[in-house]
Amino acid sequence: MAGVQVSNVSRSFGAHKALDDVSIDFADGGFYALLGPSGSGKTTLLRQVAGFDFPDSGRISIGGESVERVPVEKRRIGMVFQNYALFPNMSVADNVAFGLSVRGEAKAVIASEVQRALDLVQLGKLGGRRPHQLSGGQRQRVALARAIVTKPRVLLLDEPLGALDKALRVDMQIELKRIQREIGITTIFVTHDQEEALTMSDRIGILRDGRLVQEGPPEEIYDQPKSEFAATFLGDANIFRGESTGNGIKLPDGTAIAAGAGAKLAAGAKASCAVRPERIRIATDVEAQDAANANMLKGQVSKRIFAGNNSTYFVERGGQTLKVIVQNTGIDRLAEGQDVVLRWAPESTVLIATS
Amino acid sequence: MAAQGATASRSGLRSALPLLAPAYLWLTVAIFLPLSAMVFFSFMTELPLSGKPWAFTLGNYAAFFSQSLYLTLLLASLRLGLVVTLWCIVIGYPAAYVLAKVLKGRSREAIFLLVILPFWSNGLVRIFSWAMVLREGGILDTALNAVLPFKINIDLMYSYPAVIIGLVHSYVPYMVLTCYLTLQAIDDSLIEAGRSLGASRLQVLKRVIIPLSMPGLVAGAALIFVPVVGSFMEPRILGGRTGTFYGTVIEDQFVAVFNWPLGAALSFILLAVVLIILAVASPVLRRAA
Repeated sequence: MAGVQVSNVSRSFGAHKALDDVSIDFADGGFYALLGPSGSGKTTLLRQVAGFDFPDSGRISIGGESVERVPVEKRRIGMVFQNYALFPNMSVADNVAFGLSVRGEAKAVIASEVQRALDLVQLGKLGGRRPHQLSGGQRQRVALARAIVTKPRVLLLDEPLGALDKALRVDMQIELKRIQREIGITTIFVTHDQEEALTMSDRIGILRDGRLVQEGPPEEIYDQPKSEFAATFLGDANIFRGESTGNGIKLPDGTAIAAGAGAKLAAGAKASCAVRPERIRIATDVEAQDAANANMLKGQVSKRIFAGNNSTYFVERGGQTLKVIVQNTGIDRLAEGQDVVLRWAPESTVLIATS
Repeated sequence: MAAQGATASRSGLRSALPLLAPAYLWLTVAIFLPLSAMVFFSFMTELPLSGKPWAFTLGNYAAFFSQSLYLTLLLASLRLGLVVTLWCIVIGYPAAYVLAKVLKGRSREAIFLLVILPFWSNGLVRIFSWAMVLREGGILDTALNAVLPFKINIDLMYSYPAVIIGLVHSYVPYMVLTCYLTLQAIDDSLIEAGRSLGASRLQVLKRVIIPLSMPGLVAGAALIFVPVVGSFMEPRILGGRTGTFYGTVIEDQFVAVFNWPLGAALSFILLAVVLIILAVASPVLRRAA
């Protein structure tokens, strides 16, 4: 096992900058998600760490050893591909054995290691099958067993759950996390699914246009996004744009929105506030006072989407559509067209500098 | 369920009949009838067209076994087929690999065109062009002597190598095309997966790419081996006196000696031998594929 350090890595394809001065420290034994829209450079970054492609500049080290010019077969990594990439001409056991066998391990060692890896992914009895006889979830497990049987220093996963249906994906998320904990391997996981990133990883790196936008534990990125992009890409957010008042903003129509105590920005600068939809209270009572939820806006419900355990209200306010998520408590269902008041706490408001 | 399935497939056949009929009618008229006539001829003493009296005989087939020359030539032709097929693999497979896995876009199209080009030129023109290249004082001889500081004599014309060169040139596109198709179908991520597991490029080639492209290799080999064993044009023009093979002997019977019955009998013996070889090889090849 080993940590991975990516320092100032850049990579261009023609005029297109796929990676622009990216630095991330992947801690030893951690589960790290690289999140971003397609074309953000997350897969390019993973391929640099894997060694399929070399950076134009910058350094990559695995376990302290500099590897940016080491070809993939010498890096001792394990990789799971989006389409699994199982060898169709080999049985499941031979697929898993491949890495050990090219290394020239003894037959007996290979057999016992392969069995152990297959047991770990709960496919111990399917070694004799061919890949095409397996379901999507089983192929996924074989791909994982094949990647970890060689005891790699780092496990790289390229959207490994993208091809699975929803229920299976949730099962595999739990399974993958269990296996990762069990062997304690440094894992880098590329995904465009924010929920996957939130539920599985210890840390998340958000990429956009080849740059690292923000990096940190899931809670921190969700609660304290540093940019509008981070706020809206990881989870949903209502964005208000205006002028900074020091610890809040003033909207163009003069309405003030206060941010939490820690927020500080030079007054007068352009700034925005992000508020998560589930942090906003929605009510019909205009007169009621609520000291804790000092921020208040009036609006009109334009649409309600009922999703069982919660409802999403779309509220029109000053030409902007705001989103509010309300838990289904069985009371206070609001109709479309109704005038409402939105209130939320300054602590639920994140002040973001814009330029 | 089963009955339903049967009805479905029967009605499927009925609707497919108009689509199948032209091909099968054509095959019947154009191949089956003349071939049947040839089978008939091969059991005759004389060609009925010449007006001479004729009788049924097995003598034409017996001739193959009574004269060791025919067997010798057949073995030489089989060896020729094997050698040409091997050269086509050696030359065609790497080209197919580069076309399928290395080149992209425009450059792939351009190289592809160069591979297909022999198909579009007339066979005789192709062979006579080789004759101009290979003969003493020809293009190859002159070019090499212009470059090299010492004098060498290149006269490949009328030799076994010349026959091989001509045949490989004619047939290598088949190997490139069949291998290209199977190589192109191999997902690049399989190659990357192999390398991520610590395999060198050579190990990936041996354990993943070649096994997966085996169907293309087998198809290409069959497409090349069968016609080369019966070939006569390249051996005759490029091989001269050394170019006597089983195919040229058959051609002689039809064109020069006018012994059609013997020519037909020799052809069917060749067909039988080729079919036996393919039948024996097919289980092995299928397992490999």
